[in-house]
Amino acid sequence: MTTAIGVEAVGIGKHFGSFHALSDVSLKVRPGSVHGLLGENGAGKSTLVKCLLGYYRTDEGQFIVDGREASIERPADADALGLGMVYQHFTLVPSMTVAENLVMSRQNVPNIVNWRSEIAGLKRFMETMPFKVPLEVQVGSLAAGERQKTEIVKQLYLQRRFLVLDEPTSVLTPPEATEMLGLVRDLAHSGALTIVIITHKLKEVAAFVDEVTVLRRGRMAGSGSVRDLGPADLTAMMIGEPHAPKNPERQGIPSAEARLVVSGLRTAPDAGRKGLSIGSIEVHAREIVGIAGVSGNGQKDLVEVLGGQRPAESGSVTVDGAPYRASRTESLAHDVRVLPEEPLRNGCVPSMTVVDNLNLRGFDVGPGKSHRSWLDRAGMAARARNMIAAYGIRTPSPSAPIGVLSGGNVQRCVLARELDGDVRLLIVANPCFGLDVKAVAETRTRIMAARNAGTAVLLISEDLDEILELADRIVVMHEGQVVHEMPAKGADPQEIGRHMLGQH
Amino acid sequence: MSGSIATVLLAMLAGSLRVSTPFLFVSLGECLTEKSGRINLGNEGVLVLGAMVAYATSYETGSPWAGVAAAALAGLLLGGLHGEVCSLAKVNDVAMGIAIMLAGTGIAFFFGKPYVQPSATLLPGIPFGFWSASPQVRNALLVCPLFLVGIAAAIGLHWCFNATRAGLRIRIVGDSQDAALALGLPIDRTRFIATACGSALAGIGGAFLSLYYPGSWNEGLSSGQGLMAVALVVFSRWNPINCIYASLLFGAAGALGPSLQTVGITWGYYLFYAAPYVVTLVVLIITARGGRSLRGMPGQLSIGR
Ligand SMILES: Nc1ncnc2c1ncn2[C@@H]1O[C@H](COP(=O)(O)OP(=O)(O)OP(=O)(O)O)[C@@H](O)[C@H]1O
Ligand SMILES: [Mg+2]
Repeated sequence: MTTAIGVEAVGIGKHFGSFHALSDVSLKVRPGSVHGLLGENGAGKSTLVKCLLGYYRTDEGQFIVDGREASIERPADADALGLGMVYQHFTLVPSMTVAENLVMSRQNVPNIVNWRSEIAGLKRFMETMPFKVPLEVQVGSLAAGERQKTEIVKQLYLQRRFLVLDEPTSVLTPPEATEMLGLVRDLAHSGALTIVIITHKLKEVAAFVDEVTVLRRGRMAGSGSVRDLGPADLTAMMIGEPHAPKNPERQGIPSAEARLVVSGLRTAPDAGRKGLSIGSIEVHAREIVGIAGVSGNGQKDLVEVLGGQRPAESGSVTVDGAPYRASRTESLAHDVRVLPEEPLRNGCVPSMTVVDNLNLRGFDVGPGKSHRSWLDRAGMAARARNMIAAYGIRTPSPSAPIGVLSGGNVQRCVLARELDGDVRLLIVANPCFGLDVKAVAETRTRIMAARNAGTAVLLISEDLDEILELADRIVVMHEGQVVHEMPAKGADPQEIGRHMLGQH
Repeated sequence: MSGSIATVLLAMLAGSLRVSTPFLFVSLGECLTEKSGRINLGNEGVLVLGAMVAYATSYETGSPWAGVAAAALAGLLLGGLHGEVCSLAKVNDVAMGIAIMLAGTGIAFFFGKPYVQPSATLLPGIPFGFWSASPQVRNALLVCPLFLVGIAAAIGLHWCFNATRAGLRIRIVGDSQDAALALGLPIDRTRFIATACGSALAGIGGAFLSLYYPGSWNEGLSSGQGLMAVALVVFSRWNPINCIYASLLFGAAGALGPSLQTVGITWGYYLFYAAPYVVTLVVLIITARGGRSLRGMPGQLSIGR
């Protein structure tokens, strides 16, 4: 059994070029506590913990670990001190199995790995975990939620004494999140481990966190014990003003016109996972169809088929009655937009600038959908500036590569691009992944506004609350199949939950 | 008729064991390098240099095995140069590989001039066909020890990638730079070692060319085996065991022309000699269809990123 250690940060400063991501930030984490690190998108939370973990080098200030001043220059230094982290961007090796990833993350890997005994040991370890991950499956074929669980399991496997979780629950279902957070909190309170958790979900803060530190635009905005602070205080600290989220208003009823029709869709099984086998899904104009399901039950495949990233084996997808294969011409003709899972990987070119990425849909399209051969650089920059302002994207500059943006800001960029202009069909996967409270409310309002204006929306989300709030109709997926369909009004979350787990 | 079919098949078996060996070594070397996330087109040059160095060393010392060792060493050095230069910032490994290829062949031709005429001691074959009275069978089953070394190397490499710390580290570096950084692995050093060792294997492939089959040194010795190994690695799906099968297939295709000649079929001579290249094309086209991405491709390869 390990013993928890405390960490203190004093006067930390960090800049990227002339951009100050952190200035004079201090943080004090008690051993054996759960500490929340809060702040809006781009506030500098990830940067702060990456400095602590040796991923970045600080420009000013120092860290005190377990009462002693620690110089952390490399990840290995943090490792030796027992500090660990689950990054917002995944750091597992996609082509390796879960077991290989776990074993290789250890410090003392033997020269020759005896897989039989390692697997046996891992199985025994996995018995003690609150959630299971398959050991002999390639990480690349896991859905985001399962990969996130694997990241957490890996840190517990490494017996960390201090663990940072960067938005760990964004891809977990609520029961999974509750279970996972409950487990780490109990571990912390038993004195085995100290936890720093970065999150945008105030409910989680209230239920699982002891103390918080709030950052705003790279500076300290406050700190204190959760018992003394209510959600309103926290929100005010985070965004500098009190904020009352209101549910977006639904106007009008779905029209009879079916805009997206998926029927008899099948895909090949992939890496030990069943392929899709969907009888039919229809999305009408002015309607939001929410697809609920535990992560890894085919939602990712469905988005990939609709986004043109995965071929269908059989079946048909039609938009406005015409066959749809997600070519650029077709998506332009029918105004189909897609917000995929993991947008940095699936919807962006990380090394291209924010301006270029914001214009990926329209850079070659002139007025009236005409074809454009010469790029209109000035127009692209102007459009990007508008989107940056309208969506509150925080970027060092419009010409920074999009890969350096904070998680939430990448999400905002892709949202801005996909919601811009006329949209007839919108396919969104986990639209609020990694967004702060204010941005979540704005995004939901925007999706609802698009619906009210007549857009057909297919919303794939692992957040059941989000589906219940936004959808007109709910479809439940399990193992690649549609297992249940119901109107959202008056739907019973318990019943949906049962279908999600395959109990029909 | 059935007699001549048997003759052709036997000749093809014999030929494929011979022709496949250099393919096997170069593709294993290339596989090792690519697993670390780097591509080495220079292996064509390494192959030619290895052939020259092996022949010259065997001629000077009288020991073909010293020649094999010298060829491996030459490959190690040339591959090490590639690895070192590629770890500098902004060096493209494909362009650098082509430079290494030209340098390797150039050096080999320059220093190899005096060795075109004299005959060196060649590697002995192991007579697995001793039980048969038929000279064709005996000839077909005369196997070069290097072929067996190659098979052992493939199995060893496969085991290494799956069950040793070094092999798993090479895979991490080749597949995810982020993960390698988070684990604090030395990325450049790992790639350097993988590139140098991969080229040493390619050098041994060259030694086979000059010291066993065809068993002489001249400037037309390699006909692009080093480059075709890159294609071979692709449809072996970066798996050393598959490299064995792929090499045998290529070997058989390469042996088609000469085998048909043994029974007197001479039409389409050049056509049959082109068989390995046609096989390359066909196999690449077939394996590249359908799938969304090349299964098994290391994520950090510059051609895939
Ligand atoms: N490598 C980098 N180069 C340049 N700028 C960077 C780099 N990394 C982060 N930044 C900038 O620093 C700021 C803080 O980023 P950080 O990732 O710490 O935000 P965050 O608080 O974690 O936000 P989120 O909630 O969206 O994850 C952002 O504006 C980001 O664009
Ligand atoms: Mg972040």
